[in-house]
Amino acid sequence: MIALVDCDSFYASCERIFRPDLAHKPVVVLSNNDGCVIARSKEAKALDINMGVPWFKVKKRYLAKGGVVFSSNFALYGDISRRVMAVLKMMSPRTEIYSIDEAFLELSGISKHIGCEKMGITIKSTINKWTKIPVRIGIGPTKTLAKVASYQIKKYDLPSRVLVLNDKHSIEKALKETPIIKVWGVGSRLAKKLVVENVETAWDLSRLPPEYIKQKFSVVLERTLRELNGEQCLEIEDIQPTKKQIMVSRSFAHKVNDLSMLHAIINDFVARAAEKLRSEQQKCSSVSVFIRNSYFRKEEYECGFNNFILPYPSDDTRDFLKVVNKMLPLMYKSNVQYSKAGVMLSSFSNSSTVQDVVFPELHQKCNSALMKTMDKLNYYGYPVYLASQNAGRFNPIQRKMVSPKYTTNWNDLPLVR
Amino acid sequence: MKLKYLGTMLTDDYPPFEIPYFQDMVAAGFPSPASDFMENPIDLNQYLVKNGVATFLFRVSGTSMIEALIDDGSLLLVDCSMQAIHNSIVVAKIHGDLVCRRLCLRPKYCLIAENKEYQPIYLDPDMEFEIMGVVTAVIHQFA
Repeated sequence: MIALVDCDSFYASCERIFRPDLAHKPVVVLSNNDGCVIARSKEAKALDINMGVPWFKVKKRYLAKGGVVFSSNFALYGDISRRVMAVLKMMSPRTEIYSIDEAFLELSGISKHIGCEKMGITIKSTINKWTKIPVRIGIGPTKTLAKVASYQIKKYDLPSRVLVLNDKHSIEKALKETPIIKVWGVGSRLAKKLVVENVETAWDLSRLPPEYIKQKFSVVLERTLRELNGEQCLEIEDIQPTKKQIMVSRSFAHKVNDLSMLHAIINDFVARAAEKLRSEQQKCSSVSVFIRNSYFRKEEYECGFNNFILPYPSDDTRDFLKVVNKMLPLMYKSNVQYSKAGVMLSSFSNSSTVQDVVFPELHQKCNSALMKTMDKLNYYGYPVYLASQNAGRFNPIQRKMVSPKYTTNWNDLPLVR
Repeated sequence: MKLKYLGTMLTDDYPPFEIPYFQDMVAAGFPSPASDFMENPIDLNQYLVKNGVATFLFRVSGTSMIEALIDDGSLLLVDCSMQAIHNSIVVAKIHGDLVCRRLCLRPKYCLIAENKEYQPIYLDPDMEFEIMGVVTAVIHQFA
């Protein structure tokens, strides 16, 4: 049996851990730049605050009802997620971290002795006691059915927060109540196509012949169908695949037209991406940059993109900066108000297996000691920058209502009286 | 094309003769007599933190627990996985606040301050109240 552990309104729950005064208040968390609502507590959902709604549209109404709002605090969410996942790894020998707030667990071995439901309740209460995060746990013979179970808990707001789908009857009932759009792996476009075929629920899909679905749609949907019928097609992937690319991109709080400003901001992104690359112990040989204006403005949509292949794989921030700073002026247009930019590193090769070049002196000397020292200083909260970086002078991201980094910063520890 | 049979190679009978090659230099000085007895340095985390994923740090504000040697500005290590018992020092959520008090289960359920100027907080069953975790250590830095 497979369990899907899903944190309830994860970001909002994190904001509540050290704020008992928020226990029953509506809490929402906004995306970077305080643009859209990306998490809502149960109370906020009850106020009809929809997922993804632009904040300015609901701000007045929401605050008037006594709602509380936070900018996103990923330092906090990341640390709490790490704790939740670590507890899950103690509970099952096979876990797959699916996202910041979801994980699949293999229950087969353990649950034989104590039963799936009891196991689910133990996991739920341990997570809740240890990390203060409420979770719901859907359990089924396949990943897709575990997702269906999780959806049922959410839909009916089941107080036990644990649901096991294992007999024919309960699975049939659940599938009939699950609209096709809520099935794992079915996106909105596919759902529309399926509805045309009179497939409106998960149950409708499960009744079709797999060969037909494979022919008419895809092998992926065929797998989903088989999984809905209890046939395990998707394994728990407990070995994290290594990253194939690293992307750092942000929307700006204010439009940027000045090239030197753009330089500084993008150099920040490069530094961050290179730091991530080194933490993965990878080197890369492809560097891409994009800059664009807003989709939603009157002026024409402008997007500049450029890519550069390094002659040898590198993990040195300065190598990347050199090429990025060459590419940028070629893409820049002085009449465009830029609102988003990003840097992508790809074509990875493992740090230790990179071949040496014939004329190393032609390239910047790979000075990994300097990079290591920079990474360490930044990690311990003594930020150092390369001179071309923006270095916090202009903050492209706006997070006006961010909570303290309660668990990752000595100066932000929660207070007790 | 003509082929000439020269014989069979007996590679299996003659395994390659391997000569170990040491890449490191050999220091000619007297080896450190401690090298076989090296142990890891003492780690405060190991001493203070029993269950890291369930341990949170808090900063004390005020002197409500001064007689339990918890002073204003002290650092508290709070283990949320531990079961609070009678006389445990706990961090609790009560009246929308985070407080540090001694938990008493007898004769009545209450939270007691270690400072005579503070009144005990009696716990009713209908009161909203939650124990976050048990205080396992207090750190007060002098310098």
